Amino acid sequence: MSDVLELEGVHASIGQHHILQGVSLRVRSDAVTVLLGRNGAGKTTTMRTIMGVLRPSRGSVRFEGRPIHALPPHAIARLGIGYVPEGQGIFATLTVEENLRVAMLAESAESRERMRRVLGLFPDLERFRVARAGTLSGGQKQMLAIGRALVNPVRLLLVDEPSKGLAPIVVEHLIAALKALKREATVVLVEQNFAMASRLGDDCYVMDDGRTVHSGSMASLVADAALKRRYLGI
Amino acid sequence: MTRGVPLAVGAVVLLLLPLAAIEPRAWLTLTVAGLAMGMLIFLVASGLTLIFGLMDVLNFAHGALFSWGAYAGFTVALLVDGRWGWAASPSLLANAGVFLLAIAAAVAVAFGLGVLVERVIVRPVYGQHLFQILITLGATIVLEELIRIAWGPNDQVMPVPFGFQGSWDVADVIVLRFPIIAIGLGVIVYAGMLWLLNRTRVGLIVRAGVENNEMVQVMGHDIHRYFTGVFAVGSGLAGVGGLMWGLFSQSIRPAMGGEQLIFAFVVVIIGGLGSVTGSLVGALLVGLSYNYVAFLVPKAAIGVTMGLMVLVLLVRPTGLFGVGK
Repeated sequence: MSDVLELEGVHASIGQHHILQGVSLRVRSDAVTVLLGRNGAGKTTTMRTIMGVLRPSRGSVRFEGRPIHALPPHAIARLGIGYVPEGQGIFATLTVEENLRVAMLAESAESRERMRRVLGLFPDLERFRVARAGTLSGGQKQMLAIGRALVNPVRLLLVDEPSKGLAPIVVEHLIAALKALKREATVVLVEQNFAMASRLGDDCYVMDDGRTVHSGSMASLVADAALKRRYLGI
Repeated sequence: MTRGVPLAVGAVVLLLLPLAAIEPRAWLTLTVAGLAMGMLIFLVASGLTLIFGLMDVLNFAHGALFSWGAYAGFTVALLVDGRWGWAASPSLLANAGVFLLAIAAAVAVAFGLGVLVERVIVRPVYGQHLFQILITLGATIVLEELIRIAWGPNDQVMPVPFGFQGSWDVADVIVLRFPIIAIGLGVIVYAGMLWLLNRTRVGLIVRAGVENNEMVQVMGHDIHRYFTGVFAVGSGLAGVGGLMWGLFSQSIRPAMGGEQLIFAFVVVIIGGLGSVTGSLVGALLVGLSYNYVAFLVPKAAIGVTMGLMVLVLLVRPTGLFGVGK
């Protein structure tokens, strides 16, 4: 399998803070790659840098072999990269349907058909289709955030901490949805919930202090108690 | 909907309250004047609220674009009137013609300048409020000086179309014509903006951008294109506002925009950043309260506008229709 996404020695700063200090990772096609690490390790910053929200000061980001680190965020999204940010980033004053329509690159028959499929995949969204998104529960908001990324034909989906703050039963629903997603796109998942990450992940990277400090299969990390204790504190 | 009922009740109470102290015929005249003043402020504030709400840009050059709109409309009205006598003509059709041409000129010039100001002046300072204030104040000085160079520093008399002058006598109440036209135009602009924002895809993306412009970008929309568009439309509205204010006061001067900008900022704060309906409600509140109080206690007129803003900020810090960020 070829690499869909490749980061090579990426450095990035937020204001005066040098957050990413040499992140390198490769994401295989059709696999779920999990980014793990403690709070402040640089996982979200890595996602934002891939999406072009932050411009790397050094290093390169390649998508399907093409350098994308100098492109603006909208151009990166149009290459077929979907992003579900931490905290969902839903538009609270818009309705559920409007949230889905904003996410469409163009309102074509194809994207409307995709929206119908998303509403079929998440029945709660269909039920609250004309409700303001701000009135949804945490789990429903997360479904909406994921649904928004699916109204376009994405080849790579970046999902940042989807289980954060959700009840266990909702997390189970989320895992089922992400498993279904695996069949449609390559997924990069940032997740603090190790149990969820281990059930979904094929490959994993562990980050610490803005660097990737471990890479391998998810199965080998699950089996390595010393590594888990050292970098993840579990 | 839930906010609509108390607001409607509040609006009716506000409208009727001055009747306790003002004789009904004077009250009706003041109400029409207040609504007209409110609509004129709304034209300026609606553009400002979108620029402020969507782009988080403190645009102090908005006032200068207001002045440019007034001068562009004035020049076209003068030319058309000088050549064909349309403003002085008793024909309403000719009056409407010169009025529409003046509006077209005001919109075109302010829209074009808006594109220029956004691309050259504002774009390098996104996210930096202090620089935005300084550079847009600088742009204001340059734009106002350009007006002085082109048209001179003195006040100019605005040619008001003949049919727009004078008044109607409705059951012994004097109703001035121009305020009614201003109210009508304000309603048309408000309806147009609501249609654009709520019924079109561009409007949907702009509304989403007001809430979270970074998210709109990562969804594949070039937010800078929308920024330029919103800035230009907002500037065009400022231009119309300038022309209408010139027709209302029958004169224009280079610094007229700066004088109105303070009202527009107050209205944006009262209505809530990014809300067009908030701007309309805020502008009408300011226009009506200013006129009632100016009639009862002239010296307190400006104070009531500021008092209104303080009151709203105390009760609802995000403004009447603001969502907060």
